[in-house]
Amino acid sequence: MNNYKLWYKVAVILAAIIVALFIGSVIIIAVGGNVVTTYWIILSMPFKNLRSICEVLTRMIPLMIIALGICVSSRCGINNIGAEGQMYMGVVASCAVAFATAGMPRMVAIPLCILAGAVAGGLYGFVPGFLKAKLEVSELLSTVMLNYVATQFYLFCIRVPLLDPQEKTGTPMSARLPDSASLHKFFRGASLHQGIILALALAVLVYILLFKTTWGYKMRAAGASSRAARYGGINVSKYLIIAMIISGACAGMAGSVELMGVQGRAMSGITSGYGFSGIVVALFGGLHPILVIPAAFCFGILLYSQVNLQILTAVPPNLVQTLQGAIILIIVSVQMVINNPYTEDRFRRRFFARAKREAR
Amino acid sequence: MGRFNEIKELRVENIVKRFPGVLATDHVSLTVGEHEILALVGENGAGKTTLMNIIMGLYQSDEGSMYINGEEVRFRSPNDAFDCGIGMVHQQYMLVPNMTVLENIALGMKECQKFAKVDLASVRKKVTEISTKYGLKVDPDAYIWQLAVGEQQRVELVKTLCLGAKFLILDEPTSALTPQETDELIALLSRMSKELSIIFISHKLNEVKALSQKVCILRHGAVVFEGNTKDYTPKEIAALMTGHEVETSANTEEPCEGKPALEIRDLCVKSDRDFLALDHFNLDVRQGEIVGLAGVSGNGQRELAQAINGLRRVESGSIRFFGTEISNMTPRQVIDLGMGYIPEERNIEGIVPSMSIKENMLLKDNETERFSKNHILKNKVIEKYTDDMREKFDIRSPNMFIAAGSLSGGNIQKVILAREIDRNPKFLVCVYPIRGLDMGAAEFIHKQLLALRNRGVGILLISEELEEIMNLSDRIAVICKGQNQKVLMRDEASTARLGILMAGVKEDE
Repeated sequence: MNNYKLWYKVAVILAAIIVALFIGSVIIIAVGGNVVTTYWIILSMPFKNLRSICEVLTRMIPLMIIALGICVSSRCGINNIGAEGQMYMGVVASCAVAFATAGMPRMVAIPLCILAGAVAGGLYGFVPGFLKAKLEVSELLSTVMLNYVATQFYLFCIRVPLLDPQEKTGTPMSARLPDSASLHKFFRGASLHQGIILALALAVLVYILLFKTTWGYKMRAAGASSRAARYGGINVSKYLIIAMIISGACAGMAGSVELMGVQGRAMSGITSGYGFSGIVVALFGGLHPILVIPAAFCFGILLYSQVNLQILTAVPPNLVQTLQGAIILIIVSVQMVINNPYTEDRFRRRFFARAKREAR
Repeated sequence: MGRFNEIKELRVENIVKRFPGVLATDHVSLTVGEHEILALVGENGAGKTTLMNIIMGLYQSDEGSMYINGEEVRFRSPNDAFDCGIGMVHQQYMLVPNMTVLENIALGMKECQKFAKVDLASVRKKVTEISTKYGLKVDPDAYIWQLAVGEQQRVELVKTLCLGAKFLILDEPTSALTPQETDELIALLSRMSKELSIIFISHKLNEVKALSQKVCILRHGAVVFEGNTKDYTPKEIAALMTGHEVETSANTEEPCEGKPALEIRDLCVKSDRDFLALDHFNLDVRQGEIVGLAGVSGNGQRELAQAINGLRRVESGSIRFFGTEISNMTPRQVIDLGMGYIPEERNIEGIVPSMSIKENMLLKDNETERFSKNHILKNKVIEKYTDDMREKFDIRSPNMFIAAGSLSGGNIQKVILAREIDRNPKFLVCVYPIRGLDMGAAEFIHKQLLALRNRGVGILLISEELEEIMNLSDRIAVICKGQNQKVLMRDEASTARLGILMAGVKEDE
């Protein structure tokens, strides 16, 4: 019987993948591309060599860190759509601290920079958390609005206080970070940097926090049923604010790592939309910190394929975003199907009725 | 209108309906004749409501067939059932609160809706016609939210009859009524049975006895008994319903003279809609006694329980708990003083429905040394403890890891009871503890409460089941419109006397 349940789930997921591929095919044909080549590029190019796998892993790092933060906030019952803004704040803070600590040993400077990113992101997450807990302001509204504020603040920072003094053309960007604040690469010529250690460690930490500690227990209880949590003596507002601080801190750290490991300087568009993709990754991973790891890998593949599609085919790279949209819709549908015991039971009876007939 | 001018006979045969892992109805057959009242009784989860939903076309049966006047019918939706003259009044009323009675009735009447316009005049004519015919008094222009529960039920009845129902299905119609309203309803229904056939779902056996001609008992989805009501006593029916002899536990101890545990003085608390739900309310409960608080729900009971437990702001007055003033403390502080609380809405407040049984056991005590150290949960201890509790409180579940919300009402209540009793409270506030539970589970819970009382714990038992209150309490208080009407000793109380007090009549005047 349990075997049956497993197969049922696998079958549903396979069906969902086929539907996703089908929707993708329709779009590829509509823009005049070749379906087989396009999919082949998306799925095979990342595994071509060490360099390409590293490209995928590099994209996975910020996705994963943000998704871990989303796990915490969503499990506590608050929707953080503001990771994008919190990430910008993390970049600004890390960048400023990086220049301030120039010349210090790396062992001191790097943790300080990442801490600065976490604090800035955490404070920026605190604001909507506090508003929600004390004044019942919808977090959907406040986080989205704060994203705009953060974007403009960030642009101001890289145009004025952090502007590269050597930059004469007026391109808004900071100077290159000093070496004391740069995350080193593992392999020469491949992009993978030390940030992945932080990402994996955070996954384990968030797992322990959520499932092994009383704090995580209280956050999950507050998120699953705030009335029951209040009845049980849990200070729901307090844990809501804490969850938003953790969520913001994660997004802030994702910003620090992206700055210190990949870009090397603060420039416009540094977040590459990770703040929003991270939410999808968290959902794709079922809001479970460990499952977020493979989920982030899958999205890393998708994001990397944008580059390849541009170089190798006539298909516009924006196709990947369309595919992302299709995947989100399909994840939601799959969850509905898998979690609906009635549908499952109906299939089970059909399945066994047929098996019986065939046995006869 | 309608397919049948009259329903001489409704017959279902071999109805089978499966839900995941459960056989909800198991080859059920029954017949109802013209002008007959059939009482369908059975414990919770016996399949009564499922069977009725199949008859109404809300569910499709997996096997079996249905006949009206010997002609086979198949209902794909409630509309098909209405067309054949069958109507149902659900346990939860399906009325829109911010619309008038007339508008609510018009919702279902397609022939009165032309294009985008509703012909309210013809609806009004129909409503007047029906209410004079059956003696059902309703004010067509009142808003639903202004009406008491009993009046809302009459609206539901009128609505169903306006749709042309000649065959009525009533799902636990008396569960929210006062004793007087219940008597009125029973009189009304027996009058109506001269024109209609009725299936009446209930587990209150005295009503079954008073109203029905035939009784049909379901257990685990199957019909275990059918017979004429007048040939059997309520006790015999109860035994058939549960499958064993039922003994109701009762409080027979002498009233005790314990120290005061809870003293409430001039308590004023606002409701969600900002009026005074408790208006200078006074009550004392001593250690080792059960004080029953009787009253029609919505008279301040919910607000009282919440105010005691720190879940609602106290406007004025005082609540002293073993001498400590606890009004406007946080829930945590009240819990730490030794207060136990079995809340009204067990499914969403008493447990976190999506969490496992194991995790729900920790809801209040996760920070104690017993279950955690330096904020790390002691998983092994918790699992052992949960296993013990499942055994001790007879919580029936495949394992402790399934979501608590997927358990039956009785088992959910046992989870809550296990958690609240095993933490050795000094006092227990207990709100509608057996609402919607079957007799077996209710009996179990009552035994536990009495045992707790005999250990010297004071209990405030808030309930609308007079039988429960009179069986368990040492003293009985009656609440009406947020005020304590009167406190009676157990032997002074009778259903009639409590009913009058519950309706707001003051005896002393």
